Amino acid sequence: MSGQEIVFTLLGVVAVGAGILVVTTRRLVHAALWLVVSFGALAGGYLVLTAEFVAWVQVLIYVGAIVVLLLFGIMLTRAPIGESADLDSGNRWAALAVAAATAAVLVTVLVMGFGDRRMPLHAGGGSARELGAGVFRTWVLPFEVLSVLLLASLVGAIVLSRSDIGPRDSGTGPRKEDG
Amino acid sequence: MHLAYPTVVAALLFSAGVYGVLARRNAILVLMSVELMLNAVNLNLVTFDIWYRDRLHGGQVLTLFTIVIAAAEIGLGLAIVLLVFRNRKMIDVDRLRTLAEDAADDEAAGGVARPRPAEPETETEAVDAR
Amino acid sequence: MIWLAALVVLPPFLAAFAGMLSGPSLTRLVRGLPGGGPGVIACVPVAVSLVLSAIVAFAVWRDPGERTGTLTLVDTGSVPIRVGLQVDGLSAVTGLMVCCVALAVQVYSVAYMKDDRRYSSYAAFISLFTSAMLLVVYAGDLLVLYVGWEVMGICSYFLIGHRWEERANSRAAVKAFLVTRLGDAGFLIGVIVLGVGAGTFEIGGVLRAVGGLPGGAVTAAALLLLAGVAGKSAQFPLHTWLPDAMAGPTPISALIHAATMVAAGVYVVARLYGVFLAAPAALAVLGLIAVISMVGAACAALAQDDLKRVLAYSTISQLAVMAAGLAVGAKSAAIFHLLTHGAFKALLFLAAGCVIAVAGSTMLAQYGGLRRGMPITFWSMTIGLAALAGVPPLSGWFSKDSIIEAAQHAALHGGESAVIPPAAPTSAGYAQCKFDSSLVCTPIHDDSTLGTLPPVHLEISYNAPAMDLPAGIAWLVYLGLLVTVALTAAYAMRTWLMMFFGEPRGSYEARDPSRLMSWTVAALAVPAAILGFFGLGASELRPHLGASLLSVLLVALGAGAAFLVWNRDPALDPARALGPVRPAFARAFFVDELYAVAIVRPVQALARYVVTFDRDRVDAAVVGTARAAGRLGGLLRVLQNGNLQTYLTGLLAGVVVIVAGVVIFL
Repeated sequence: MSGQEIVFTLLGVVAVGAGILVVTTRRLVHAALWLVVSFGALAGGYLVLTAEFVAWVQVLIYVGAIVVLLLFGIMLTRAPIGESADLDSGNRWAALAVAAATAAVLVTVLVMGFGDRRMPLHAGGGSARELGAGVFRTWVLPFEVLSVLLLASLVGAIVLSRSDIGPRDSGTGPRKEDG
Repeated sequence: MHLAYPTVVAALLFSAGVYGVLARRNAILVLMSVELMLNAVNLNLVTFDIWYRDRLHGGQVLTLFTIVIAAAEIGLGLAIVLLVFRNRKMIDVDRLRTLAEDAADDEAAGGVARPRPAEPETETEAVDAR
Repeated sequence: MIWLAALVVLPPFLAAFAGMLSGPSLTRLVRGLPGGGPGVIACVPVAVSLVLSAIVAFAVWRDPGERTGTLTLVDTGSVPIRVGLQVDGLSAVTGLMVCCVALAVQVYSVAYMKDDRRYSSYAAFISLFTSAMLLVVYAGDLLVLYVGWEVMGICSYFLIGHRWEERANSRAAVKAFLVTRLGDAGFLIGVIVLGVGAGTFEIGGVLRAVGGLPGGAVTAAALLLLAGVAGKSAQFPLHTWLPDAMAGPTPISALIHAATMVAAGVYVVARLYGVFLAAPAALAVLGLIAVISMVGAACAALAQDDLKRVLAYSTISQLAVMAAGLAVGAKSAAIFHLLTHGAFKALLFLAAGCVIAVAGSTMLAQYGGLRRGMPITFWSMTIGLAALAGVPPLSGWFSKDSIIEAAQHAALHGGESAVIPPAAPTSAGYAQCKFDSSLVCTPIHDDSTLGTLPPVHLEISYNAPAMDLPAGIAWLVYLGLLVTVALTAAYAMRTWLMMFFGEPRGSYEARDPSRLMSWTVAALAVPAAILGFFGLGASELRPHLGASLLSVLLVALGAGAAFLVWNRDPALDPARALGPVRPAFARAFFVDELYAVAIVRPVQALARYVVTFDRDRVDAAVVGTARAAGRLGGLLRVLQNGNLQTYLTGLLAGVVVIVAGVVIFL
């Protein structure tokens, strides 16, 4: 095993381990924090794979924005701070089975398919310059569409969180209330 | 390096995400698990991009796009979760059951399913009573 | 000639349709005439038919022989149906009788039914019935005959149930229809057997082909035809409908149930006589049926309290006499009796209608001493009852006598037919005889016959099967006839005495009804009296010494016995002398009750069972399927618990399974 592989393996273990902890921990806030760890390990993995720009974007947006949003959400929904026993629903055993099956199938398929392939890693393949050139030349149209998407989601989020549309007993707009 | 390492990591991360979506009760935890799944997908995309040595960098660009979309999604998703919390004072996924069909509904309606706008009220009151 | 015959059938048919379509509106239009529009529509076409049939009969009398004509040939793929008519002596004379009686009934009904609210449909149905009967009489093809046969049946149903508001009337109509239908089923199968066997449905063709058919087929066909005859002509065991059919209006009873429809069965046997001669077993059965009906119905008539029921049982008995005549081979005698019976029975029923209209009741106990107030009715009914009983020199005596003579000959000579074979050319009387069928036509006149077949062949087909009634049956028929003569005289005398003599037992005023009614009755009395003399031309229709003396003796015996019993106490019913057998006679030996127990109750039980089966098995299966589907749905509904994670679990599990399957197997 080359050095890259060892480093990647370690980072992978951290990422997967943190991911498992996210889905199994009993404390809600710790789940969010384990998520940070997982994202960070993944960013490191991207670095090993020479996708630098992606790695920084990952840290910036996932760790920096998304996890913060999640923490805000946890806070605004009065999540319990300490341990809570009922974070797993009744579905957990079926979920475990399905997840295990998914893992088995996917791993088998991937190992059978790509187990003996190798990829050479050359630095610079994922630099900001190259990716920028690509985004603003070849992929500029999806880029613009994406900005429209962001606009739509912004508008949607604002509309959804209007405080003058409350529960039915406050007397307005029952249409927005659904499960 | 062997292609197997990143792809297997992605697969395992995905499976962890699947477990989380299916097993966690809190809606925000479900959203977190969805993020895990999206990250696994991103890792896969980057891996194959590097392996193909794609000149257009399609994989990595798509990864960027996926990250953006994930951000948009989580913004809206959390807005919805907050709205649910505002109305029902809880965000337990397994207690949000308006899609259910009961036999009692069926008999009362003579065997014809009809939309039931009255049900959220009862659930809300039931929750309040708790 | 054939067109003339077709024109005889047509006017009443058109009148029926005109009456049904426009009767009420015509009634509104033409109020002055008697009966209004419907009365005119009813009587005029029948009168036209009468004139035309008289012309036909006259032409046949001048020029005997068979004439057939075809309107069209219907190709059925196997045996063609020849839609055509056949005119010969038998059909001409029967057609004339039918038209006479129909006209009398229509004219009578104008007065009898003048307050009825459905007179137009009544008159229309009578017209339709008349045209159907004429179709049966003039039919040249078995299926055309069957069409007329069935139309008569349905008209009978409608007319019996004319006042259907009373449940008893509609029940009687249904009973009549069902019982005759039972016979008609056998009749149709017999017709089909004959037609398919002979390769044609044309009556002449069938008669010619009978010699070549296997004996079993002919016997089967003849027996099946007998089923229809028994049903239509009210013979045992399908006789139970006729007494109940008296619930219909009296003119209907006169037309349908005395003179025409019930005579159609006897007519058909005479028409297809060649078939019956080739199947001696069928004739033996006919004889047996005739004897049972004859004697049983005469006994029943003796004990009835209702005037119309007396006449109904009397009809059954007289039809049986005709059938007995056919059984012993006396075809002309039987047809002669059919004609005279048509005259005097119609007379009796219409006169009874007069009495019923005046008295307001049909019960004999309500009558008495009517001769003083209703002279026309009295004398007409006297002639009718005397003709019924067979008092010389009225028509009934002539016809009954010829049948008794034939039966006597058959009994004494071991079953041989008394009909003189037609081969003898010296019996010149045959050429002039108008009561003979084409079978008795002589070869001398073959250049004048316009028929499609030379008479010589008919002789062969008539002579080839020997008339062969078992001697036992012949004796039974003969003795039955004798007993019936006595019984007939007895009940005729009883009826006559109870109605017209003694002190009046009712509280109504006895007077002759309207002129239209009583004069029609009087007009019918004329043929009832003198028709017998028309048969003197044929030797087998002339009175014979031995038989006539015997019959007069028996008439005197029966009438005398009834008179003696009555004379002891004129106010009481002479039938009381019957003593303990009176209830059995009155209920016609409980045949109706037997049928109710043996047939009606099991069928009703079966019907109830079928209903239960349908409800609890078939319906339950259908409903149960629905419930099972619902329960299955309920099972599936368990999965629809609203929990998103359940749905997703199922979804992803399915995807994983599919992928695994693809990976492993492909």
